[in-house]
Amino acid sequence: MAATTPALSAAETRGFWKSLRGREALSFYLFIAPWTLGLLAFILGPIVASLVLGFTRYDVILPAAPRRRLPPRYHVILPAKWIGLENFQDLFADPLFRISLGNTVYIVLTAVPLGMVISFLIALLLNQKVRGMAAYRTGYFIPSIVPAVASAALWLYLLQPQWGLVNGFLDLFGIKGPTWLASTTWSKPSIIMLMVWASGGTMIIYLAGLQDIPETLYEAASIDGASWLRQLVHVTIPLMTPTIFFTLVMGIIGTFQVFSVVFVLTDGMGGPLNSTLVYLIYVYRNAFVFFRMGYASALSLILFLLILVLTLANVRFAGSWVYSEVEME
Amino acid sequence: MATETQVQPAPAVAGVQPRSLRGRSGLMAAFRHLILLPGVVFFVIPLVFMVSTSLKALRQIALFPPELIPNPVIWLNYPEVFHYAPMHLYFVNTLFLVVPAIFGAIFTSSLAAYAFARLRAPGKKLIFYILLSTMMVPAFVTMIPTYILFAKLRWVGGFKPLVIPYLMGSAFYVFLLRQFFLTIPRELEDAAFIDGSSRLRTFTGIIMPLAKPVLATVTIFAFMASWNEYMGPLIYLSNKKQYVLSLGLQVFTQVNRQEWGLLMAASSMMVAPVILLFFFAQKHFVTGITMSGLKG
Repeated sequence: MAATTPALSAAETRGFWKSLRGREALSFYLFIAPWTLGLLAFILGPIVASLVLGFTRYDVILPAAPRRRLPPRYHVILPAKWIGLENFQDLFADPLFRISLGNTVYIVLTAVPLGMVISFLIALLLNQKVRGMAAYRTGYFIPSIVPAVASAALWLYLLQPQWGLVNGFLDLFGIKGPTWLASTTWSKPSIIMLMVWASGGTMIIYLAGLQDIPETLYEAASIDGASWLRQLVHVTIPLMTPTIFFTLVMGIIGTFQVFSVVFVLTDGMGGPLNSTLVYLIYVYRNAFVFFRMGYASALSLILFLLILVLTLANVRFAGSWVYSEVEME
Repeated sequence: MATETQVQPAPAVAGVQPRSLRGRSGLMAAFRHLILLPGVVFFVIPLVFMVSTSLKALRQIALFPPELIPNPVIWLNYPEVFHYAPMHLYFVNTLFLVVPAIFGAIFTSSLAAYAFARLRAPGKKLIFYILLSTMMVPAFVTMIPTYILFAKLRWVGGFKPLVIPYLMGSAFYVFLLRQFFLTIPRELEDAAFIDGSSRLRTFTGIIMPLAKPVLATVTIFAFMASWNEYMGPLIYLSNKKQYVLSLGLQVFTQVNRQEWGLLMAASSMMVAPVILLFFFAQKHFVTGITMSGLKG
């Protein structure tokens, strides 16, 4: 601070860097230097660029066809051209923009609450000193650490209409299973099923939250004669609202960005008939298949704004249902 | 609430409760298992069948009902996978991503985290706010601009875009490690300073050994993130010899769609190291998840 004010003479400035505080500041800058370099080059710079790119036409052309087979290092990037709001006008007239946004919202609205409710129920049951709790916990958690590409490959097999395990199971009840990923009706539920299967991380967060609730509260409630259900409604759930809120916010942010599993399940196409064309796959196709970088950037900006607004809205409305110890005092 | 309850005739309640509680809790426990057991089967059985199917010939896979334990066990799928996809190369290539990512998490990030936790400097607060806000920006926002940057640097088609940024650490790890460093008492370092130790020596000699548990957690984070990383390799790698496991497996699913035995063998090869690591470091997986939960 003192070092930067012009009132100081050069000698005094040199004095600051030699002083104990100056040397401390110097080590601070040196210690953060490698990380700061990465931050500027790969995060902050690109963030600023992303704000501009959406307003440009920025196409990449390949000097020779066929376009996909050529090593990308030979791409020619045309100079960016400022076109104002043209990308955004195109975007709102683009049916695939609406379809991909609709598909993503559909998946967010189903997979997030479903994953949360199931994780919460499992965590509740596991929190009650069940015998074999460690084994159960591991069993529920393990699918969530399976790499996305591998779990999608696995579900390709499970959902295979003829020999797949899912239809085999349904067959036990005399139900003829659908064709899942080949059906426009069942392709999205297939993805949702996979996502719920992999939601063990949420369960672990809930379990940790449940274990933080002081035992004394339950003792007091049961002395008051509160039933299991009333304890759940009046003690457990209110005290869990901060954790539920956190998983809700993170779940929405994460699910809007679903990409890898859908890419693997549909060979990168978002099919059949665009029924699983999620937003980031559409961004990817525009950026890296059609090489319309400006348009893809505009799409990215819209999604970022959407996530930002939803997160802020979530935080804004949190006060009405999220329990906070600070407010209680 | 607790003060009100003291008024109630507690002894009478206590006399009644134990018996009824025990009877009910026995029933409740049975009920819990009744829900938990089928549930856990639903979660685990797909993985069991991944391994089981990888040990079957196509003829056995088409059987209905499917065999849980293949009869006979066919190992042939595993060597056969290498016929279509050089998994050993993919494995080594994945390590090219994993090792720099762990380096970035442990060294670059913790160095910055230590500075944020301990050292005073003009502008520190502002830089910390920038750190916090970049943590909120999803990765897809920077994806296209960084691609253009790397294309201009002529890095596309090689490993550099997947290695160099990760060497520089990440805001999330810096934040996580800073939170931990703040809990280490300052006295430990002060003693070292009196002995004439430098900042860097104190950091490597005193702070880092104390931070082993959190460094293990961060290492697991970095390992999992780069082992699973798919979008980056998809965008930047074009030569089949450079593929990492995630990209290799995805291309494999596209090419050998109906060869379920081979596909499950290839998937098992990608999953096995993760499961193995999980059983060795279960505690760090769990603390990692709950720690990221603490942010909120």
